[in-house]
Amino acid sequence: MPNSTLDKAKKGNPFIVVKLPQGNIKSQLIRLGIAEGDTLKCIQRLPGGTIVVQKNRQEIAVGFDLAKKIHVIIQ
Amino acid sequence: MKTDNLVSLDNDKIATSYTTLIKQKELQKVVLVGNPNVGKSCFFNFMSGMYVDVSNFPGTTVSITKSHSQGNDVYDTPGIYGVGSFNDEEKVARDIILSADVILNVVNALNLDRDLFLTLQLIDMGKKVSVLLNFSDELKKRKIKIDTKKLSNLLGVEVYQTAAVDKLGFDKIGEAIRSARTGKQELDLHFLLNQVIEKSVPQSDALLILEGDETIAQKNNVLCATSDERERIYINRRNRVNEIVDLVEYEDSKKGEIFNQLGRLCLNPVTGIPILLFMLVLMYFFIGDLVSQRVVNFTENKIGKNLFEYNVKSFTGNYTPVNVEVKILDNNGSVINDKTFNFPSGISANPTLQKEFFELSKQNGAQSNFNFQNPFVKLFFGEFGVVTMTVTYLLFLLLPLVIGFYFVMALLEDSGYLPRLATMLDRSFNKIGLNGKAVIPIMLGFGCITMANITTRMLGSEREKSIVTAILQFVIPCSAQLAVIAALLSGAGFAPMMLYISVILTVLIVLSTALNKMLPGESSPLLIDLPMIRFPRMSNVFKKTFFRSFGFMKEASFWFFIGALAVGIMEISGMLSVWQDVLAPFTTTWLKLPKEAANAFVMGMVRRDFGAAGLFHMDLSIMQKTVSIITITLFVPCIASFVVMLKERGWKEGMMIWFGTWIAAFLVGGIVAQIVI
Repeated sequence: MPNSTLDKAKKGNPFIVVKLPQGNIKSQLIRLGIAEGDTLKCIQRLPGGTIVVQKNRQEIAVGFDLAKKIHVIIQ
Repeated sequence: MKTDNLVSLDNDKIATSYTTLIKQKELQKVVLVGNPNVGKSCFFNFMSGMYVDVSNFPGTTVSITKSHSQGNDVYDTPGIYGVGSFNDEEKVARDIILSADVILNVVNALNLDRDLFLTLQLIDMGKKVSVLLNFSDELKKRKIKIDTKKLSNLLGVEVYQTAAVDKLGFDKIGEAIRSARTGKQELDLHFLLNQVIEKSVPQSDALLILEGDETIAQKNNVLCATSDERERIYINRRNRVNEIVDLVEYEDSKKGEIFNQLGRLCLNPVTGIPILLFMLVLMYFFIGDLVSQRVVNFTENKIGKNLFEYNVKSFTGNYTPVNVEVKILDNNGSVINDKTFNFPSGISANPTLQKEFFELSKQNGAQSNFNFQNPFVKLFFGEFGVVTMTVTYLLFLLLPLVIGFYFVMALLEDSGYLPRLATMLDRSFNKIGLNGKAVIPIMLGFGCITMANITTRMLGSEREKSIVTAILQFVIPCSAQLAVIAALLSGAGFAPMMLYISVILTVLIVLSTALNKMLPGESSPLLIDLPMIRFPRMSNVFKKTFFRSFGFMKEASFWFFIGALAVGIMEISGMLSVWQDVLAPFTTTWLKLPKEAANAFVMGMVRRDFGAAGLFHMDLSIMQKTVSIITITLFVPCIASFVVMLKERGWKEGMMIWFGTWIAAFLVGGIVAQIVI
């Protein structure tokens, strides 16, 4: 699914990060290990849309509104 | 990875080595740096001797510990994901890192790709670094191999394998400090850096300026780079990290096979809500029952009132006219003996009466009420005296509660539960313009609003701080108040309790939704790292509890004294009784409560539980009780949290919230009264 956003990801979906939102939040995402071109996996989608992603052995929770601004290709 | 693209900084600047030469004679400043939950504190505890200095950084809730070890000053810093100024922890850590001689970078071997970002940044700053690869024992269990030699070559600094739990590799710490050196950095960045260094800026500052740190740019009087440049550097660094991890890490098992099952159960509401409820029940037994009932009853009454206040007051009574009423209570709380002693020229001036007074007042179940005639003596040593009441309140009521709450918070934090709770609740908090992290100050508010007001600093934007501060002052009852509310509602039945809860919840929803609509700007989104769920390390928990409680008392105590002084002056000058007269008509006609209930509201400004405790002695119907606790919950916060709120949020906002609570308390309380009474 090209041109999707992270909030659309379902539990178990691997995805490639295409574009991150601009500003401070981008720097914070890169630090935590979410950078453009990376492959991650959605390991949980909470009711309401909070997304939990996994990169290698690390788990990161991403709020719904932020997830909507992260462009991804869901595989 | 192309090594020709890297430069070694060892023979870079003669000036740097010159300063190192001078510094060798002085104490070296060794700083432990790492991501959150990598076990920095274990190293610090191991290295530190008996004497540990704690400093709380002004304007933050962050404390820094410092100690000596083998001729070095060792500093522990808060866990950070990078050096920068995104939050208080980072700002505090940044300043210590900038002034460090040697950095011991603690890295979680299981999360190399996250942790090495910070490592590379430290190396790019040109600092002398050694890497401590912690959790090495876990690597074997999970069949992961890390080639430390290769890692050391790629980074250009020494890498030591450690396991903090078994103190494995701790014997190498001394060597790690001695062998710390500047690492390798990328050629492109090297040129960029040199352009700034030419303007006589230290390399570490230069990097932060290139990464858009305004404060550091101003300090050096040079132009700050844009956030675009920071992103470029960050992306490059991220790519280097990923390359390094690919080169040094071998995983025998399939990627991502480690399940953090319990962690996931905490996240999913279906299982997460029962887990939360279970946690709340445990917390209730610990804080609500053990600490706030048993411990506080003992410390407040036995130590505070009977020992501390009694001695201070009877000592003061030697020098000033005083009446003392001594009541002897039996086990059921009824008065069996009541005698008033009159000392017009001080207690010690009348030895016979003094002896009789001491004998009676030291009996079991004795309560002594000192009534000083001099208004100034009263101000400092009377029932609500600045010295007597405030000290009892701070040390014997508040301190046990604050310790209890910080202890529970530290347990939840160290076990990895807190970030999961924040994640689970995130969507509900989004609806009122907050993110899940706001659960932390709000939870602390049930302990002490003043403590929670200070904790709002951890929130991401001014907007969120305003919303949470308002919620805290309006609707969250602190533990002192909760105890009284519970006592008043006990035996009242189900309906009043539901009425109370639903009214307070309605106010919460209306208030926060309105603020979310009215306040300009945007709230910060949730972006939180979920550490593995594990059994909390008690040494860490105790340490956190101690430092935070200490920090809170240090910061807030002064304001409790100021608040008590203000109310004391109002009492002496008669302003307090003016207030009571002003409020009386509202109380009787609008809230349909007895006239004396006004006292409860006025006293509620001093301490919220004073307000409610006054209601015990009044003959109130169940619905009148309900109306009064609704009003008192919504009513102004105690004077200490009022002052701290003004300090945190400024005069304008603080006063708006404060007057807002007056309006809300009487408006809502009155409406309920008109309907149910």
